[in-house]
Amino acid sequence: MLTVSNICKEFDSKAVLNNISFHLDAQETIVILGPSGCGKTTLLHMISGLEKSKSGQILLDNRPISKPMPDVALILQNYGLLPWKTNLQNVALGLKIQGVSRKDRNARAQKILAELGLAGRENDFPCVMSGGEQQRVAIARAYASKPRLLLMDEPFSSLDAITRETLQDTLLTTWLETSVPYLLVTHSVEEAVFLGKRILILSGSPASIHEIFDNPGFGDVAYRRTRKYYELIRSIRHKIGEYW
Amino acid sequence: MKLIKRIAVPYSITIIVVCLVWKVLAVLVSQNVLPYPEDAIYTFLAALMTSEFWHHFAASTFRAVMAMIIGWGVAFPIGILMGSSRRVDKFLSPFVSMTYPIPKVVLLPVVLLLFGLGDLSKIIIISLILGYQVLVATRDGVRAIQPQHLDSIRSLGAGKWQLFWEGYFPAALPHGFTALRLNSGVSVAVLFFVESFATSKGLGYLIMDAWGQMDFNTMFVGIFGMSLLGVILNEGSNFLEKISCPWKE
Repeated sequence: MLTVSNICKEFDSKAVLNNISFHLDAQETIVILGPSGCGKTTLLHMISGLEKSKSGQILLDNRPISKPMPDVALILQNYGLLPWKTNLQNVALGLKIQGVSRKDRNARAQKILAELGLAGRENDFPCVMSGGEQQRVAIARAYASKPRLLLMDEPFSSLDAITRETLQDTLLTTWLETSVPYLLVTHSVEEAVFLGKRILILSGSPASIHEIFDNPGFGDVAYRRTRKYYELIRSIRHKIGEYW
Repeated sequence: MKLIKRIAVPYSITIIVVCLVWKVLAVLVSQNVLPYPEDAIYTFLAALMTSEFWHHFAASTFRAVMAMIIGWGVAFPIGILMGSSRRVDKFLSPFVSMTYPIPKVVLLPVVLLLFGLGDLSKIIIISLILGYQVLVATRDGVRAIQPQHLDSIRSLGAGKWQLFWEGYFPAALPHGFTALRLNSGVSVAVLFFVESFATSKGLGYLIMDAWGQMDFNTMFVGIFGMSLLGVILNEGSNFLEKISCPWKE
Protein backbone atom coordinates (compact mmCIF):
# COMPACT_ATOMS: atom_id res chain seq x y z
CA MET A 1 0.00 0.00 0.00
CA LEU A 2 2.02 3.02 1.28
CA THR A 3 5.78 2.78 1.59
CA VAL A 4 7.81 5.63 3.02
CA SER A 5 11.57 5.07 2.62
CA ASN A 6 14.37 7.15 4.08
CA ILE A 7 12.58 10.48 3.89
CA CYS A 8 14.59 13.58 4.80
CA LYS A 9 13.41 17.17 4.75
CA GLU A 10 15.13 20.50 5.26
CA PHE A 11 13.80 24.04 5.65
CA ASP A 12 16.37 26.77 4.95
CA SER A 13 19.21 24.26 5.36
CA LYS A 14 17.83 23.16 8.75
CA ALA A 15 17.04 19.45 8.86
CA VAL A 16 13.47 18.82 10.04
CA LEU A 17 12.95 15.13 9.28
CA ASN A 18 15.68 12.54 9.20
CA ASN A 19 15.48 9.13 7.59
CA ILE A 20 11.80 8.36 8.13
CA SER A 21 10.76 4.90 6.95
CA PHE A 22 7.61 2.85 7.52
CA HIS A 23 5.06 0.81 5.65
CA LEU A 24 1.28 1.00 5.83
CA ASP A 25 -0.63 -2.07 4.70
CA ALA A 26 -4.01 -2.02 3.01
CA GLN A 27 -6.75 -1.99 5.67
CA GLU A 28 -4.24 -0.90 8.31
CA THR A 29 -4.15 2.28 10.36
CA ILE A 30 -1.07 4.04 11.64
CA VAL A 31 -0.91 6.90 14.10
CA ILE A 32 2.23 9.02 14.25
CA LEU A 33 2.64 10.45 17.72
CA GLY A 34 4.93 13.40 18.22
CA PRO A 35 5.26 16.66 20.13
CA SER A 36 4.09 19.93 18.60
CA GLY A 37 6.44 21.34 16.00
CA CYS A 38 8.38 18.11 15.45
CA GLY A 39 7.54 17.90 11.74
CA LYS A 40 4.41 15.70 11.76
CA THR A 41 2.48 18.05 9.48
CA THR A 42 5.44 18.33 7.09
CA LEU A 43 5.63 14.55 6.86
CA LEU A 44 1.92 14.30 6.13
CA HIS A 45 2.14 17.05 3.49
CA MET A 46 4.95 15.16 1.79
CA ILE A 47 2.93 11.96 1.75
CA SER A 48 -0.03 13.86 0.28
CA GLY A 49 2.20 15.30 -2.44
CA LEU A 50 1.85 18.91 -1.26
CA GLU A 51 5.56 19.10 -0.41
CA LYS A 52 8.64 17.45 -1.83
CA SER A 53 11.23 15.63 0.24
CA LYS A 54 14.95 16.31 0.04
CA SER A 55 15.70 12.63 -0.35
CA GLY A 56 13.96 9.27 -0.05
CA GLN A 57 10.87 7.89 -1.68
CA ILE A 58 7.13 7.71 -1.03
CA LEU A 59 5.28 5.00 -2.92
CA LEU A 60 1.57 4.31 -3.09
CA ASP A 61 0.99 0.84 -4.50
CA ASN A 62 4.57 0.95 -5.82
CA ARG A 63 4.01 4.25 -7.68
CA PRO A 64 5.83 7.35 -6.46
CA ILE A 65 3.72 10.21 -5.10
CA SER A 66 4.99 13.39 -6.73
CA LYS A 67 1.88 15.57 -6.54
CA PRO A 68 -1.51 15.54 -4.79
CA MET A 69 -3.75 12.75 -6.04
CA PRO A 70 -7.54 12.51 -5.84
CA ASP A 71 -7.40 9.06 -4.25
CA VAL A 72 -5.28 10.29 -1.33
CA ALA A 73 -7.54 12.37 0.91
CA LEU A 74 -6.07 14.83 3.39
CA ILE A 75 -7.89 16.28 6.39
CA LEU A 76 -5.99 19.35 7.53
CA GLN A 77 -5.69 20.88 10.97
CA ASN A 78 -8.71 23.16 11.49
CA TYR A 79 -10.49 21.07 8.85
CA GLY A 80 -9.49 23.05 5.75
CA LEU A 81 -13.10 23.75 4.77
CA LEU A 82 -13.52 26.62 2.35
CA PRO A 83 -15.60 29.38 3.99
CA TRP A 84 -17.04 30.49 0.63
CA LYS A 85 -18.56 27.10 -0.11
CA THR A 86 -21.58 25.47 1.46
CA ASN A 87 -21.16 22.14 3.21
CA LEU A 88 -22.48 20.36 0.13
CA GLN A 89 -20.07 22.24 -2.15
CA ASN A 90 -17.17 21.55 0.21
CA VAL A 91 -17.91 17.83 0.27
CA ALA A 92 -18.44 17.69 -3.49
CA LEU A 93 -15.32 19.73 -4.33
CA GLY A 94 -12.99 16.77 -4.81
CA LEU A 95 -15.50 15.14 -7.14
CA LYS A 96 -15.91 18.41 -9.05
CA ILE A 97 -12.14 18.60 -9.55
CA GLN A 98 -12.21 15.02 -10.82
CA GLY A 99 -14.82 16.07 -13.38
CA VAL A 100 -17.84 14.22 -11.90
CA SER A 101 -21.15 15.69 -13.10
CA ARG A 102 -22.96 18.10 -10.78
CA LYS A 103 -25.91 15.73 -10.35
CA ASP A 104 -23.75 12.75 -9.37
CA ARG A 105 -21.40 14.64 -7.10
CA ASN A 106 -24.23 16.38 -5.25
CA ALA A 107 -26.06 13.09 -4.79
CA ARG A 108 -22.94 11.46 -3.36
CA ALA A 109 -22.12 14.43 -1.14
CA GLN A 110 -25.69 14.53 0.15
CA LYS A 111 -25.61 10.82 0.98
CA ILE A 112 -22.34 11.04 2.91
CA LEU A 113 -23.46 14.12 4.82
CA ALA A 114 -26.63 12.29 5.81
CA GLU A 115 -24.60 9.25 6.93
CA LEU A 116 -22.55 11.52 9.18
CA GLY A 117 -25.67 13.03 10.74
CA LEU A 118 -25.66 16.28 8.78
CA ALA A 119 -28.84 15.88 6.73
CA GLY A 120 -30.51 19.25 6.30
CA ARG A 121 -27.25 21.16 6.77
CA GLU A 122 -26.14 20.88 3.13
CA ASN A 123 -26.70 24.54 2.29
CA ASP A 124 -25.19 25.96 5.46
CA PHE A 125 -21.79 27.59 5.34
CA PRO A 126 -18.97 26.28 7.58
CA CYS A 127 -18.98 29.49 9.64
CA VAL A 128 -22.37 28.62 11.16
CA MET A 129 -21.32 25.07 12.09
CA SER A 130 -19.79 24.01 15.40
CA GLY A 131 -16.24 22.62 15.48
CA GLY A 132 -17.54 19.05 15.67
CA GLU A 133 -19.90 19.57 12.74
CA GLN A 134 -17.13 21.14 10.67
CA GLN A 135 -14.95 18.14 11.38
CA ARG A 136 -17.74 15.84 10.20
CA VAL A 137 -17.99 17.83 6.97
CA ALA A 138 -14.22 17.46 6.55
CA ILE A 139 -14.52 13.69 7.08
CA ALA A 140 -17.41 13.58 4.60
CA ARG A 141 -15.29 15.44 2.05
CA ALA A 142 -12.41 13.04 2.54
CA TYR A 143 -14.61 9.98 2.00
CA ALA A 144 -16.64 11.49 -0.86
CA SER A 145 -13.99 10.83 -3.47
CA LYS A 146 -13.65 7.18 -2.32
CA PRO A 147 -9.97 7.51 -1.39
CA ARG A 148 -7.54 4.62 -1.25
CA LEU A 149 -5.68 6.34 1.57
CA LEU A 150 -6.78 8.86 4.17
CA LEU A 151 -4.32 11.27 5.81
CA MET A 152 -5.32 13.27 8.88
CA ASP A 153 -3.41 16.08 10.55
CA GLU A 154 -4.44 16.37 14.21
CA PRO A 155 -8.07 16.25 13.13
CA PHE A 156 -9.62 16.46 16.60
CA SER A 157 -7.16 18.71 18.42
CA SER A 158 -9.38 21.79 18.58
CA LEU A 159 -12.50 20.00 19.81
CA ASP A 160 -13.86 19.62 23.32
CA ALA A 161 -13.32 16.23 25.01
CA ILE A 162 -16.81 14.81 24.47
CA THR A 163 -17.04 15.86 20.80
CA ARG A 164 -13.52 14.57 20.24
CA GLU A 165 -14.40 11.12 21.58
CA THR A 166 -17.65 11.02 19.57
CA LEU A 167 -15.80 11.83 16.37
CA GLN A 168 -13.03 9.34 17.16
CA ASP A 169 -15.80 6.73 17.46
CA THR A 170 -17.23 7.92 14.12
CA LEU A 171 -13.83 7.60 12.44
CA LEU A 172 -13.25 4.11 13.84
CA THR A 173 -16.76 2.96 12.86
CA THR A 174 -16.24 4.32 9.35
CA TRP A 175 -12.92 2.49 9.13
CA LEU A 176 -14.58 -0.74 10.28
CA GLU A 177 -17.19 -0.31 7.52
CA THR A 178 -14.94 0.87 4.69
CA SER A 179 -11.48 -0.51 5.61
CA VAL A 180 -9.88 2.54 3.96
CA PRO A 181 -6.39 2.68 5.50
CA TYR A 182 -5.50 5.87 7.27
CA LEU A 183 -2.47 7.65 8.62
CA LEU A 184 -3.16 10.09 11.41
CA VAL A 185 -0.75 12.39 13.20
CA THR A 186 -1.45 13.62 16.71
CA HIS A 187 0.20 14.66 19.94
CA SER A 188 -2.47 12.93 22.05
CA VAL A 189 -1.44 9.53 23.42
CA GLU A 190 -5.07 8.54 24.13
CA GLU A 191 -6.09 9.33 20.55
CA ALA A 192 -3.11 7.40 19.18
CA VAL A 193 -3.97 4.31 21.22
CA PHE A 194 -7.66 4.40 20.30
CA LEU A 195 -7.15 4.98 16.57
CA GLY A 196 -3.86 3.35 15.63
CA LYS A 197 -3.27 -0.28 14.81
CA ARG A 198 0.37 0.69 14.99
CA ILE A 199 1.74 3.75 16.76
CA LEU A 200 4.95 5.38 15.60
CA ILE A 201 6.76 7.67 18.03
CA LEU A 202 8.36 10.62 16.28
CA SER A 203 10.83 12.79 18.17
CA GLY A 204 14.16 14.56 18.13
CA SER A 205 15.51 17.39 16.05
CA PRO A 206 15.61 16.52 13.23
CA ALA A 207 12.72 14.17 13.95
CA SER A 208 12.99 10.46 13.35
CA ILE A 209 10.96 7.41 14.34
CA HIS A 210 12.18 6.20 17.71
CA GLU A 211 9.75 3.42 18.54
CA ILE A 212 6.87 1.47 17.01
CA PHE A 213 4.08 0.05 19.17
CA ASP A 214 1.69 -2.65 18.03
CA ASN A 215 -1.82 -2.20 19.34
CA PRO A 216 -3.59 -5.57 19.51
CA GLY A 217 -6.72 -4.13 21.14
CA PHE A 218 -7.36 -1.69 18.26
CA GLY A 219 -10.63 -1.89 16.35
CA ASP A 220 -13.05 -2.15 19.26
CA VAL A 221 -15.27 0.88 19.87
CA ALA A 222 -15.40 -0.12 23.55
CA TYR A 223 -11.57 -0.24 23.76
CA ARG A 224 -11.42 2.84 25.99
CA ARG A 225 -13.11 0.90 28.77
CA THR A 226 -10.51 -1.89 28.83
CA ARG A 227 -7.42 -2.40 30.97
CA LYS A 228 -5.28 -3.03 27.84
CA TYR A 229 -6.03 0.49 26.60
CA TYR A 230 -4.74 2.14 29.79
CA GLU A 231 -1.73 -0.18 30.00
CA LEU A 232 -0.64 0.73 26.49
CA ILE A 233 -1.13 4.43 27.25
CA ARG A 234 1.03 4.02 30.36
CA SER A 235 3.84 2.28 28.50
CA ILE A 236 3.78 4.83 25.66
CA ARG A 237 3.85 7.69 28.17
CA HIS A 238 6.77 6.04 29.91
CA LYS A 239 8.64 5.78 26.59
CA ILE A 240 7.91 9.27 25.33
CA GLY A 241 9.13 10.63 28.67
CA GLU A 242 12.57 9.50 27.51
CA TYR A 243 12.32 11.10 24.05
CA TRP A 244 10.22 14.30 24.25
CA MET B 1 -40.38 44.76 4.58
CA LYS B 2 -36.80 43.81 5.43
CA LEU B 3 -35.56 46.07 2.62
CA ILE B 4 -37.65 48.98 3.91
CA LYS B 5 -36.28 48.44 7.41
CA ARG B 6 -32.68 48.21 6.18
CA ILE B 7 -32.69 51.06 3.67
CA ALA B 8 -35.72 53.36 4.01
CA VAL B 9 -35.67 53.86 7.79
CA PRO B 10 -31.97 54.87 8.20
CA TYR B 11 -32.07 57.08 5.10
CA SER B 12 -35.31 58.79 6.27
CA ILE B 13 -33.81 59.51 9.68
CA THR B 14 -30.67 60.90 8.01
CA ILE B 15 -32.73 63.16 5.72
CA ILE B 16 -34.73 64.52 8.68
CA VAL B 17 -31.59 65.26 10.72
CA VAL B 18 -29.83 66.91 7.76
CA CYS B 19 -32.92 69.05 7.05
CA LEU B 20 -33.14 70.18 10.68
CA VAL B 21 -29.46 71.22 10.77
CA TRP B 22 -29.83 72.82 7.34
CA LYS B 23 -32.89 74.82 8.42
CA VAL B 24 -31.02 76.21 11.43
CA LEU B 25 -28.06 77.17 9.23
CA ALA B 26 -30.34 78.70 6.57
CA VAL B 27 -32.01 80.86 9.18
CA LEU B 28 -28.62 81.97 10.49
CA VAL B 29 -27.01 82.78 7.11
CA SER B 30 -28.32 84.62 4.08
CA GLN B 31 -31.17 82.85 2.34
CA ASN B 32 -29.70 83.79 -1.04
CA VAL B 33 -26.66 81.60 -0.47
CA LEU B 34 -28.34 78.80 1.44
CA PRO B 35 -32.01 78.33 0.55
CA TYR B 36 -34.45 76.86 3.04
CA PRO B 37 -34.52 73.07 2.82
CA GLU B 38 -38.23 73.01 2.05
CA ASP B 39 -37.65 75.29 -0.98
CA ALA B 40 -34.74 73.17 -2.23
CA ILE B 41 -36.71 69.94 -1.72
CA TYR B 42 -39.74 71.41 -3.48
CA THR B 43 -37.56 72.44 -6.45
CA PHE B 44 -35.95 68.99 -6.48
CA LEU B 45 -39.32 67.18 -6.44
CA ALA B 46 -40.51 69.43 -9.26
CA ALA B 47 -37.32 68.70 -11.21
CA LEU B 48 -37.97 64.96 -10.83
CA MET B 49 -41.02 65.50 -13.06
CA THR B 50 -38.93 67.04 -15.85
CA SER B 51 -37.08 65.21 -18.60
CA GLU B 52 -34.18 67.66 -18.29
CA PHE B 53 -33.23 66.41 -14.83
CA TRP B 54 -33.38 62.76 -15.92
CA HIS B 55 -31.32 63.62 -19.00
CA HIS B 56 -28.53 64.92 -16.73
CA PHE B 57 -29.01 62.10 -14.23
CA ALA B 58 -28.83 59.44 -16.97
CA ALA B 59 -25.62 60.94 -18.38
CA SER B 60 -23.95 60.94 -14.95
CA THR B 61 -25.22 57.44 -14.12
CA PHE B 62 -23.91 56.10 -17.43
CA ARG B 63 -20.45 57.58 -16.80
CA ALA B 64 -20.26 56.39 -13.19
CA VAL B 65 -21.58 52.87 -13.85
CA MET B 66 -19.40 52.35 -16.93
CA ALA B 67 -16.37 53.58 -14.97
CA MET B 68 -17.15 51.19 -12.12
CA ILE B 69 -17.60 48.25 -14.50
CA ILE B 70 -14.41 48.99 -16.43
CA GLY B 71 -12.36 49.89 -13.33
CA TRP B 72 -13.48 46.78 -11.46
CA GLY B 73 -13.31 44.53 -14.49
CA VAL B 74 -9.69 45.43 -15.18
CA ALA B 75 -8.36 45.90 -11.64
CA PHE B 76 -9.95 42.89 -9.95
CA PRO B 77 -8.25 40.21 -12.11
CA ILE B 78 -4.93 42.07 -11.98
CA GLY B 79 -5.25 42.26 -8.18
CA ILE B 80 -5.81 38.49 -8.02
CA LEU B 81 -2.84 37.85 -10.29
CA MET B 82 -0.57 40.10 -8.23
CA GLY B 83 -1.74 38.56 -4.97
CA SER B 84 -1.38 34.99 -6.14
CA SER B 85 1.77 35.09 -8.28
CA ARG B 86 5.06 36.36 -6.91
CA ARG B 87 6.39 36.73 -10.44
CA VAL B 88 3.51 38.98 -11.56
CA ASP B 89 3.67 40.93 -8.29
CA LYS B 90 7.40 41.48 -8.67
CA PHE B 91 6.86 42.75 -12.18
CA LEU B 92 3.86 45.04 -11.51
CA SER B 93 4.46 46.20 -7.92
CA PRO B 94 6.98 48.96 -8.76
CA PHE B 95 4.57 50.35 -11.34
CA VAL B 96 1.64 50.31 -8.90
CA SER B 97 3.72 51.79 -6.05
CA MET B 98 4.95 54.57 -8.30
CA THR B 99 1.60 55.51 -9.86
CA TYR B 100 -0.77 54.79 -6.94
CA PRO B 101 -0.01 58.00 -4.98
CA ILE B 102 -0.49 60.27 -8.03
CA PRO B 103 -3.87 62.03 -7.80
CA LYS B 104 -5.41 60.74 -11.03
CA VAL B 105 -7.54 63.86 -11.58
CA VAL B 106 -4.37 65.74 -12.55
CA LEU B 107 -4.26 63.50 -15.62
CA LEU B 108 -7.57 64.94 -16.86
CA PRO B 109 -5.99 67.35 -19.38
CA VAL B 110 -3.83 64.54 -20.81
CA VAL B 111 -6.78 62.14 -20.98
CA LEU B 112 -8.96 64.83 -22.61
CA LEU B 113 -6.28 65.38 -25.25
CA LEU B 114 -5.83 61.67 -25.86
CA PHE B 115 -9.44 60.49 -25.76
CA GLY B 116 -11.39 63.59 -26.73
CA LEU B 117 -14.01 65.66 -24.92
CA GLY B 118 -16.68 62.97 -24.88
CA ASP B 119 -17.74 60.45 -22.25
CA LEU B 120 -14.73 58.18 -22.76
CA SER B 121 -12.18 60.51 -21.16
CA LYS B 122 -14.46 61.09 -18.14
CA ILE B 123 -15.04 57.37 -17.74
CA ILE B 124 -11.30 56.68 -17.96
CA ILE B 125 -10.46 59.14 -15.19
CA ILE B 126 -13.07 57.68 -12.80
CA SER B 127 -12.03 54.12 -13.75
CA LEU B 128 -8.41 54.91 -12.98
CA ILE B 129 -9.20 56.26 -9.52
CA LEU B 130 -11.58 53.43 -8.66
CA GLY B 131 -9.44 50.76 -10.32
CA TYR B 132 -6.37 51.47 -8.19
CA GLN B 133 -8.39 51.12 -4.99
CA VAL B 134 -9.90 47.83 -6.17
CA LEU B 135 -6.52 46.53 -7.33
CA VAL B 136 -4.73 47.24 -4.05
CA ALA B 137 -7.60 45.91 -1.90
CA THR B 138 -7.91 42.73 -4.00
CA ARG B 139 -4.15 42.11 -4.08
CA ASP B 140 -3.88 42.50 -0.30
CA GLY B 141 -6.98 40.35 0.20
CA VAL B 142 -5.56 37.53 -1.92
CA ARG B 143 -2.24 37.72 -0.06
CA ALA B 144 -4.15 37.26 3.19
CA ILE B 145 -5.83 33.98 2.12
CA GLN B 146 -5.08 31.32 4.71
CA PRO B 147 -2.55 28.87 3.20
CA GLN B 148 -4.57 25.94 4.57
CA HIS B 149 -7.48 26.87 2.28
CA LEU B 150 -5.22 26.66 -0.74
CA ASP B 151 -3.59 23.45 0.55
CA SER B 152 -7.06 22.05 1.00
CA ILE B 153 -7.88 22.64 -2.69
CA ARG B 154 -4.47 21.47 -3.91
CA SER B 155 -4.71 18.29 -1.84
CA LEU B 156 -7.80 17.34 -3.85
CA GLY B 157 -5.69 17.29 -7.00
CA ALA B 158 -6.65 20.74 -8.30
CA GLY B 159 -4.62 22.27 -11.12
CA LYS B 160 -3.71 25.96 -11.38
CA TRP B 161 -6.92 26.94 -13.14
CA GLN B 162 -9.09 25.08 -10.61
CA LEU B 163 -7.11 26.68 -7.78
CA PHE B 164 -7.95 30.07 -9.29
CA TRP B 165 -11.70 29.40 -9.65
CA GLU B 166 -12.22 27.49 -6.41
CA GLY B 167 -9.78 29.46 -4.25
CA TYR B 168 -8.38 32.80 -5.27
CA PHE B 169 -11.42 34.13 -7.12
CA PRO B 170 -14.10 33.60 -4.44
CA ALA B 171 -11.68 34.58 -1.65
CA ALA B 172 -10.93 37.86 -3.43
CA LEU B 173 -14.56 38.77 -4.19
CA PRO B 174 -15.44 40.37 -0.82
CA HIS B 175 -12.30 42.52 -0.94
CA GLY B 176 -13.06 43.65 -4.49
CA PHE B 177 -16.66 44.49 -3.65
CA THR B 178 -15.79 46.28 -0.41
CA ALA B 179 -13.34 48.49 -2.33
CA LEU B 180 -16.02 49.12 -4.97
CA ARG B 181 -18.61 50.07 -2.34
CA LEU B 182 -16.26 52.28 -0.31
CA ASN B 183 -15.15 54.07 -3.45
CA SER B 184 -18.59 54.59 -4.97
CA GLY B 185 -18.63 57.90 -3.06
CA VAL B 186 -15.23 58.80 -4.49
CA SER B 187 -16.57 58.04 -7.96
CA VAL B 188 -19.40 60.54 -7.50
CA ALA B 189 -16.97 63.18 -6.23
CA VAL B 190 -14.70 62.68 -9.24
CA LEU B 191 -17.75 62.64 -11.50
CA PHE B 192 -18.61 66.14 -10.33
CA PHE B 193 -15.09 67.27 -11.13
CA VAL B 194 -14.88 65.74 -14.61
CA GLU B 195 -18.36 66.99 -15.50
CA SER B 196 -17.23 70.54 -14.79
CA PHE B 197 -15.24 70.43 -18.02
CA ALA B 198 -16.18 70.17 -21.67
CA THR B 199 -19.73 68.91 -21.33
CA SER B 200 -23.29 70.19 -21.37
CA LYS B 201 -24.89 67.18 -19.72
CA GLY B 202 -24.52 65.52 -16.36
CA LEU B 203 -25.26 66.48 -12.76
CA GLY B 204 -21.85 68.12 -12.39
CA TYR B 205 -22.64 70.39 -15.31
CA LEU B 206 -26.11 71.10 -13.86
CA ILE B 207 -24.56 72.22 -10.54
CA MET B 208 -21.87 74.38 -12.15
CA ASP B 209 -24.35 75.93 -14.58
CA ALA B 210 -26.85 76.77 -11.84
CA TRP B 211 -24.06 78.14 -9.67
CA GLY B 212 -22.95 80.42 -12.53
CA GLN B 213 -26.50 81.75 -12.79
CA MET B 214 -26.77 82.15 -9.00
CA ASP B 215 -29.77 79.80 -9.12
CA PHE B 216 -29.15 78.11 -5.77
CA ASN B 217 -32.34 76.05 -5.72
CA THR B 218 -31.42 74.42 -9.05
CA MET B 219 -27.87 73.97 -7.79
CA PHE B 220 -29.30 71.92 -4.95
CA VAL B 221 -31.27 69.87 -7.48
CA GLY B 222 -27.90 68.78 -8.90
CA ILE B 223 -26.49 68.17 -5.40
CA PHE B 224 -29.53 66.05 -4.44
CA GLY B 225 -29.17 64.21 -7.75
CA MET B 226 -25.52 63.45 -6.93
CA SER B 227 -26.53 62.24 -3.48
CA LEU B 228 -29.22 60.01 -5.01
CA LEU B 229 -26.70 58.62 -7.48
CA GLY B 230 -24.24 57.95 -4.65
CA VAL B 231 -26.90 56.06 -2.70
CA ILE B 232 -27.83 53.99 -5.78
CA LEU B 233 -24.18 53.10 -6.49
CA ASN B 234 -23.49 52.28 -2.86
CA GLU B 235 -26.58 50.11 -2.44
CA GLY B 236 -25.99 48.54 -5.87
CA SER B 237 -22.45 47.52 -4.82
CA ASN B 238 -23.88 46.25 -1.54
CA PHE B 239 -26.45 44.16 -3.41
CA LEU B 240 -23.83 42.72 -5.76
CA GLU B 241 -21.64 41.81 -2.78
CA LYS B 242 -24.57 40.12 -1.05
CA ILE B 243 -25.50 37.93 -3.99
CA SER B 244 -21.88 37.13 -4.92
CA CYS B 245 -20.62 36.50 -1.40
CA PRO B 246 -23.50 34.87 0.52
CA TRP B 247 -21.10 33.40 3.09
CA LYS B 248 -20.34 36.92 4.36
CA GLU B 249 -23.92 37.39 5.57
